[in-house]
Amino acid sequence: MDISRRNFIKCSAVAAAATTAGILIPKDIKAKAEQTEKDWKWDKSTCRFCGTGCGIMIATRNDKIIAVKGDPIAPVNRGLNCIKGYFNAKIMYGKDRLKQPLLRMDENGNYDKNGKFRPVSWKRAYDEIEKHMKKAMKELGPTGIGIFASGQHTVMEGYVLAKLMKAGFRSNNIDPNARHCMASAVAAFIQTFGIDEPAGNYDDIEITDTIITWGANMAEMHPILWSRASDRKLSAPERVKVVNLSTYHNRTSNIADTEIIFKPQTDLAILNYIAREIVYNHPEAIDQEFLKKYITFATGPVDTGYGMRTSNHPKFTEKEKETVVREEFKYISKEEAVTLGYLGYKEGDKMVMKNRASAGKHWTISYNEFKKALAPYTLDFVAEVSKGDPDETMESYKKKLKELAQLYIEKGRTVVSFWTMGFNQHTRGTWVNEQAYMVHLLLGKQSKPGDGAFSLTGQPSACGTAREVGIFAHRLPADMVVANPKHRKMSEKVWKLPAGTLNPKVGSHYTKIHRDIEDKKIKFAWISVNNPYMNTANANHWIRAARQEEVFMVCSEAYPGISAKVSDLILPSAMIFEKWGAYGNAERRTQHWKQQVTPVGESMSDTWQFMELAKRFKIKEVWGAQKIPGLEGGLPDVLGAAKAMGIDPEMTLFDYLFAADDAKKYQWPDKVGEGTLNTEVVGDKREFTGTDGKPWKGYGYFIQKFLWEEYRIFGVGHAHDLAYFDDYYAKGVRGLKWPVVDGKETLWRFNAKYDPYAAKEGQDFAFYGGALKSIPHGTLKGPDASKPKKNLKNRAKVFFRPYMEPAEMPDREYPLWLCTGRVLEHWHSGTMTMRVPELYRAVPQALCYMHPEDAAKHNMVDGDLIWVESRRGRVKVHLETRGRNKPPRGLIYVPWFDEKVFINKVCLDATCPISKETDFKKCSVKVYKA
Amino acid sequence: MTVKSHRYLIFRRVIQLGLLTLFIGGNYMGWNILKGNFSFSRIADTVPLADPFAVLQMLAAGFTITSEILIGSIIILALYWLLGGRIFCSWICPLNLVTDTALWLRRKLGITTDRIYMPRNSRYYILAMAIILSAIIGYAAFESISPISIWFRMLIFGTGGGWAIVLAIFLLDISVKRNGWCGHICPLGAFYGVIGRWSLMKVKYKHDNCTQCMDCFKVCPEPQVLHIVTKHNGIIQSGECTNCGRCIEVCNDKALRFSVNNFKTQNHEK
Amino acid sequence: MKMSRRKTIRSLLEGSLFVGFGGLAWSSATKALNKNDLVLRPPGAASNKQFVQSCLKCGQCVEACPYDTLKLAAPNDGISPGTPYFEPRDIPCYMCTDYPCITACPSESLEVSRIQKSTEEEASINNAQMGLAVIHKETCIAYWGIQCDACYRACPLIDKAITLDIDKNQVTKKHANLKPIVHSDYCTGCGKCEQVCVTEKAAIFILPRHIATGKVGDHYLKSWEKQDKIPTPQKDQKQKNDDVQSAMDYLNNDDILNE
Repeated sequence: MDISRRNFIKCSAVAAAATTAGILIPKDIKAKAEQTEKDWKWDKSTCRFCGTGCGIMIATRNDKIIAVKGDPIAPVNRGLNCIKGYFNAKIMYGKDRLKQPLLRMDENGNYDKNGKFRPVSWKRAYDEIEKHMKKAMKELGPTGIGIFASGQHTVMEGYVLAKLMKAGFRSNNIDPNARHCMASAVAAFIQTFGIDEPAGNYDDIEITDTIITWGANMAEMHPILWSRASDRKLSAPERVKVVNLSTYHNRTSNIADTEIIFKPQTDLAILNYIAREIVYNHPEAIDQEFLKKYITFATGPVDTGYGMRTSNHPKFTEKEKETVVREEFKYISKEEAVTLGYLGYKEGDKMVMKNRASAGKHWTISYNEFKKALAPYTLDFVAEVSKGDPDETMESYKKKLKELAQLYIEKGRTVVSFWTMGFNQHTRGTWVNEQAYMVHLLLGKQSKPGDGAFSLTGQPSACGTAREVGIFAHRLPADMVVANPKHRKMSEKVWKLPAGTLNPKVGSHYTKIHRDIEDKKIKFAWISVNNPYMNTANANHWIRAARQEEVFMVCSEAYPGISAKVSDLILPSAMIFEKWGAYGNAERRTQHWKQQVTPVGESMSDTWQFMELAKRFKIKEVWGAQKIPGLEGGLPDVLGAAKAMGIDPEMTLFDYLFAADDAKKYQWPDKVGEGTLNTEVVGDKREFTGTDGKPWKGYGYFIQKFLWEEYRIFGVGHAHDLAYFDDYYAKGVRGLKWPVVDGKETLWRFNAKYDPYAAKEGQDFAFYGGALKSIPHGTLKGPDASKPKKNLKNRAKVFFRPYMEPAEMPDREYPLWLCTGRVLEHWHSGTMTMRVPELYRAVPQALCYMHPEDAAKHNMVDGDLIWVESRRGRVKVHLETRGRNKPPRGLIYVPWFDEKVFINKVCLDATCPISKETDFKKCSVKVYKA
Repeated sequence: MTVKSHRYLIFRRVIQLGLLTLFIGGNYMGWNILKGNFSFSRIADTVPLADPFAVLQMLAAGFTITSEILIGSIIILALYWLLGGRIFCSWICPLNLVTDTALWLRRKLGITTDRIYMPRNSRYYILAMAIILSAIIGYAAFESISPISIWFRMLIFGTGGGWAIVLAIFLLDISVKRNGWCGHICPLGAFYGVIGRWSLMKVKYKHDNCTQCMDCFKVCPEPQVLHIVTKHNGIIQSGECTNCGRCIEVCNDKALRFSVNNFKTQNHEK
Repeated sequence: MKMSRRKTIRSLLEGSLFVGFGGLAWSSATKALNKNDLVLRPPGAASNKQFVQSCLKCGQCVEACPYDTLKLAAPNDGISPGTPYFEPRDIPCYMCTDYPCITACPSESLEVSRIQKSTEEEASINNAQMGLAVIHKETCIAYWGIQCDACYRACPLIDKAITLDIDKNQVTKKHANLKPIVHSDYCTGCGKCEQVCVTEKAAIFILPRHIATGKVGDHYLKSWEKQDKIPTPQKDQKQKNDDVQSAMDYLNNDDILNE
């Protein structure tokens, strides 16, 4: 008998029993079939899971969610759902839902870093928070605290957090898990167009002739969009072509006409091959007028490192240093000698990473320079570099590449390129995003119905909250950034802050918050609506860092997960349908919903949790002069200016930021809220004790509406216009795509026919985004400081970006590529979906997908328990050589949803040096039997 | 109660439970010593052992058997020829734990009822019936209802549903018929009895030492086999003797002991 | 042994009664196995009747199974007691490539030759025929248009044993239904699909092959499929009992003239 395989099922069976027992299957449905729907209350809402943004209808009875259905008039899904959406009704009712604040304590009830979690009151919880947060801030200033925020925060939660952190605590150490997900897309949007978010919308699917997926397994990750793509293919099977580019065979190849399996990182080369085909062999395909009017060519430095820390960091092991050393320098490979030849590099040369801190700088180049740089990307060279399946013939592979280029080039053929994490989680993620725009812009196939490069979002509100509200370390609402004095000024105006309150120094990005905790530069951190200790690469470092004595970790959670486990204080959080909220999806559609039920136990929304935090700080405690590492002179004392504005320094941050007169003017009751619960505003039937030790009775005014309306001010007139709060609740409205100008949504951005902001410029197209529009001129080798900066108003940039190898590649000792990702059945770290018994049963554990020949080479058979080990860590996982994902020889795939298969211990925390987004798709590993 | 007067009993229990432990360990822990059950098993994944009676039924049902099964049953036959056919019943069969408990309880509680009349040779009818029925219905007839197998599977594999039949046998033995199952019904025991008739190891009776205390009759599950006791020297020839050794250990006169069968003189040593 | 004549007669009478009734009860007990034909057997199993006949009930296959898939039937299961079977909704067959259950079997109940396509080809678990997946379309949410396909993704022979039939969703007009379809020439009946199905009672489930499959008569061949040889009919097609008499009776019957 094979114990390892037998354990497979035993472990999962035990866990299944445990979780199954924990789930409420609405008994009412079964018991009283005759009463169905009579006393059910239906209301519109949105799906909790991915960035697709499906509309759902929620049925409640007796303050319980008892059923859901797809919203038949929601334009995205028209009443359908995927398998996760199908189970929205069950996600809130896991038996192990956290219902009380829990604090690590010793036997005497004192906080103890090494104590056991025990229930405490909200008041006690906030006393501890106040104590530890103030201690950290006293010692380290505003940078001594950090917040792990989320692309699953509602817009209002994100706004409270952004305002509290940036205006209140004057700290930019807030960054969302969207950093792991969309940051590269954001950086490329900003660098290319000067404004964030996709230009197109989902209607492109029904219009386009060609769907090309780059590192986007849409069939599993965006199932409803995939079913629209499938429908499009069915509608005109001859005309519509589908190409799936991936590093392994996946479900999305199912309806694809062509599947291209390429070597990790070589998408950079393939896109340049397509550009070369256009520029050298099909110049007639270039939309010359489009080019002339709207495009500027640009490039940037290549010696930018890989977003890692340098190898002298004391916490690195010797093994880790083998890879980390490439952060400082690397040796030019045979392939790079070809692709970086334009900079004079030859094979074996040492490239010193001089531009680590200035990876994002770029300058314009001429078309001829651009053309020259593309020269090496011939079919022969690119095919040699990029063919990912050793078992495929070179002829067959070349044929596919040619067909791919041809589809893009073909006159009159509309093309949409979709991508997700394959592009974004990439050590050159910003580059590869920009290359997609390069191809589309050269051909003039951008910002037109059915034509465009479309970055799909992973999370339900990565666009709506993380990006638009700006809960990133460098951002302010509506695409503004902290480093820009004008942006700070404008934000200070909206927030009614004394000048100089906002911190100009970019804070720590998501991975850097982890690193800062390890380095004890951050000693107080708060986790909200995400699972940073499971979702971040090289996790062994971070879970140890969080357990350091000096660090105090707060985790707002609904279910026990790894992040809660490594924290010191856990706050029970209300889940999606237990609060008012709004999400903004990948096509810029904002959808609002109302609170459907009372939160379970003593759990409360994250909005409330952060506003209660604001009550614990007086203005005088935070607006004095502050030290900021790396900021000369630190932050000024603005208390005087505040007094001059009539602000009483004895006021709490809550009083000033969230409860001033302009907040209180949003009264409750309100027409929109009629007959609806609003725990934050009027309390609820629970009457539990709040953070002040008194029964919770509510703020009394319509806080969600206030937050929305104040947030709105940032975007209006800046191409980020949102509609009024009430508009989203109007009958028949199923979300509105921003910018919403004069009550009308924008379908295709930058296109004057559809976008009033483009129309205003008086030309057919206007890439009107304002960011990074004044840059130096130069050659491929670098900027020319002597020439004046170019103003690129209304222009988009076409970047030349070369092929470069990633930070870590398979070698003798670690011979396999590791790629990680998701599965359809589970959402992110599985804290919700693993508690739905049906989804748990469907996929109870993560498997390691491997080519059968690789398995045979290691004497492994299906079901074997194996170790996957990298220089950073190892995990045990069961082997699968059949099934949904079929990697080529030399690559394995492991999903990350399963905390028992903690694959992020293995992954490398190298990031795109521009976007700081981690590359979860490539590192090198070895495998052996457990 | 002394160890000496129970030495065979203790040894038997050790063997019975030991084998069961090996089987159970084989299933649950992956021990590679003895895997399977009493129908068929393998020692260290190689040496096969098969139940010859089950094989006989399959042959009667007109079914060809694999060489592995054939070898396995020959090994078992040889073993039982050597040690006494029904040594299976008293030393191996785990149902014996149940029926012996019933027997012991009868004695302790002084139950003497024998509610039905059933000749001890009923089992031979049933044995014949098992083989005939196998031929008629086309598969091993006793194997499909055998309480012994059901009980084994319950113990070794945790297969449910066997309690009722085991309880029935226990109740039968305790309140309906002394030694009802093993001594009257069980065709498997009958089958081994037939084999045991010619087996090598036997119990020998020495009349000269006997004080006619009759203790051996009290403990014997098949007292009819002791018919020469008190009469004359000899070997307990009947195949129905299970070689359990109870008579030997309770005999204070050294009148009974294990011995090798003397095929020449048969039972007329005087 | 001494016995009076009366006692002998009495014992004979009792004995024959016992044998008679006992035998009846016994054979009916062995036949009250109503689920025998509905149960799923391990891979490489003989046809059910032959399987029950040849199975030694030794549990070797159960011990060999690394996933605890196989169970031995209990007396009240309605299945020949002691014979191995599995219930895929609980634990399916994980289709071990080294099929330990088959190699463990001492009898002919499970045989490697039954997972060989022909004597020349190597044995493969992919040729096992434990059963056949059947989809109840009305409760399969993929047929409703929900993007589920959990069964398809779980299938060890994905894109062979289960494929997706894509058609336009006539309700939404812009989505496609991705509907799972089972192909009996590939489906092994391992039951992974039944196990993972997310509906309350599985909408895809495994039935034994002899129950879930039909059979076409030998009198018609597909002209559109090239065949290596024309299958020889099993039996001589000639009518065994020509019934000339019934034709004559019909013709000679004048009932058509009678009112």
